[in-house]
This record gives sequence, structure tokens and C-alpha cells, in this order.
Amino acid sequence: MRYEARVEITHLPGIADPQGATVERSLPALGYDNVSHVRVGKSIRLVVDAPDDAAARAQVDEMCRRLLANPVIEAYEIELSELAST
Amino acid sequence: MSARVGIVVFPGTNCELDVASAVEALGGTPVMLWHAEPELRGADAVVVPGGFAHGDYLRTGAIARFSPVMDAVARFATAGGPVVGICNGFQVLTEAGLLPGALQKNAGLTFLCETVDCRVETSRSPVTALAESGSVLRLPINHFEGNYVCDETTRRRLRDDDRVVFRYVRNPNGSVDDIAGVCSEQRNVVGLMPHPERASDALLGSTDGVVLLRSLLASASEGAAVA
Repeated sequence: MRYEARVEITHLPGIADPQGATVERSLPALGYDNVSHVRVGKSIRLVVDAPDDAAARAQVDEMCRRLLANPVIEAYEIELSELAST
Repeated sequence: MSARVGIVVFPGTNCELDVASAVEALGGTPVMLWHAEPELRGADAVVVPGGFAHGDYLRTGAIARFSPVMDAVARFATAGGPVVGICNGFQVLTEAGLLPGALQKNAGLTFLCETVDCRVETSRSPVTALAESGSVLRLPINHFEGNYVCDETTRRRLRDDDRVVFRYVRNPNGSVDDIAGVCSEQRNVVGLMPHPERASDALLGSTDGVVLLRSLLASASEGAAVA
């Protein structure tokens, strides 16, 4: 089976997010005075071939822990969708 | 015998010659260690210098930690050998799990290239053994990702165990607790954002980095004596 994984990487709660803070400070300059809680993260997409949904998810999870995210300061969420076989 | 200082070179490292030249001027023998090498060729101390290891893709130091030489560096560190990461090298050592915390983008998203005052907070580390605790050194910083972060538990542990090696006198980048450098639990692995090798000759505007490199050479010789 073939799956597309979308990994969203964000700062762990309690870890300062300098990009989010800078964007949040710059939005009022454009007239958006009603914005708060801006967080900037990363989005990674990849396609993985695996026997089933659980195997694909387990593998992407391992990739996140080992390389894609830094568990010391980042959290990640994996969204998996099955690609139509061709 | 002159201490052999291994200097790790990743694709994208760019401070290795500065470190080598400073080490040589102080009587040490620099040994360049290409990142694909599986061993340290008899080094008595290891420096992971600054630059942009593997282009700093994904995160600074994220790819570099998988270079073969890093396994050898980790074994050397576990055995108690002195290891120092400078700037990008500090980032690599945190990603490799040899030092706690992480370094992220500077607060305000400003690239910093200036000389700053750094206070030596402890002389119990291989780079500060000959320095006086409480002394202030003028050292250059040159980074975009020097903002040290860690969780509250780690921060307290670093404080309680006297593992904050350097603090900025005026925090330039948003680092937690003004931290400019930390050491490992065993104290033999140190990471710092400032560049001592760029403050090792009067011609460079400051010689305040010399005491740090001298300390490293002294700890390397001790290691050599033991080995």
C-alpha cells in the first residue's frame, strides 16, 4: 500500500517560538490588531510504501523521533492518507 | 608531548582552519577529522567547530549527528575525553544528545555578528579550567540560531549542578537564563556559542579566547597522560 504522510511540527508548549512572536508583532502594523497566539512550525510531506496503515504510521513516527523533529523542543502530528493505487 | 586536538570537519564547516591555527599557535597539534571517518586518529581532545554542517538543512546540526565520525566522538565523550562544540558545533552536540537543550532562532530573528561580554560561570570544565570563575571575556558571536532553550527541569538541573559554563552579560539572542555555554553531566563535553578561536590574537581585536583554548590543551594533555 502507498500512503501520503503530512507531518506538522510545532514548538512544544512552554518553549519560546521566536518566529511566531515576530510574526505576531508585525501583524498589527498591517492593521490586524485582533491576532494572538501565532505559532510558526514546519510541514513535511512524504510518500511511504508499507503493508498497512499501522506500519506506515509507526515508521513515520520513528522518522519524526530520529530526524524530522527535535523532541527536546518540538512536537509533531502525523496525518496519514492512503493513495489510490495506480 | 604536544596535545593532539581532533577538529571535526563536516561538509559546510568553515571555522576549522581558525581553530587549527589557534591550537597550533598555543603549541597543540591539530588533526583534521573528516566527517566520514569512523575514528579519531589518536586525538586527545575534540573540537566541533562552527559553520553550517551539511548545510544546516532541516535544523542546525540535525543531519550532522548522523555522520560516522559522531559515533567516535560519542564514544570518546562517554570515556571522559574532552569535547568542545563551538557555535554550529554546539548545535551539533545538542542534536547528538551529548549536551542538553537545543539552539533555535534568535529572539527578534536577527543574525548577530558582534563581540559580546561573556562571564565565566565555572572553572570546572575543560575549557575554563585555567580561567577564573566570574571573569568577563570579550568574545565574538556570529549566529542566527544561538537562542538556547530547554525545559524547566533541565534549566534547574544545569543551575544546581553548576553546569552553565558561560552567561552573556547582556543577553543578545533570547537564550534561557542568559546561557552562552553549558557542559555535560560528566562535565567533559562543553558547548558554547561564542568563538574563542576568533579572540586568540591581538590582531583579531581580543585575546580573551586564549585562556579557553589553553585550558582545552591542558585537559587534552591530562587525557593523553591517562591514555
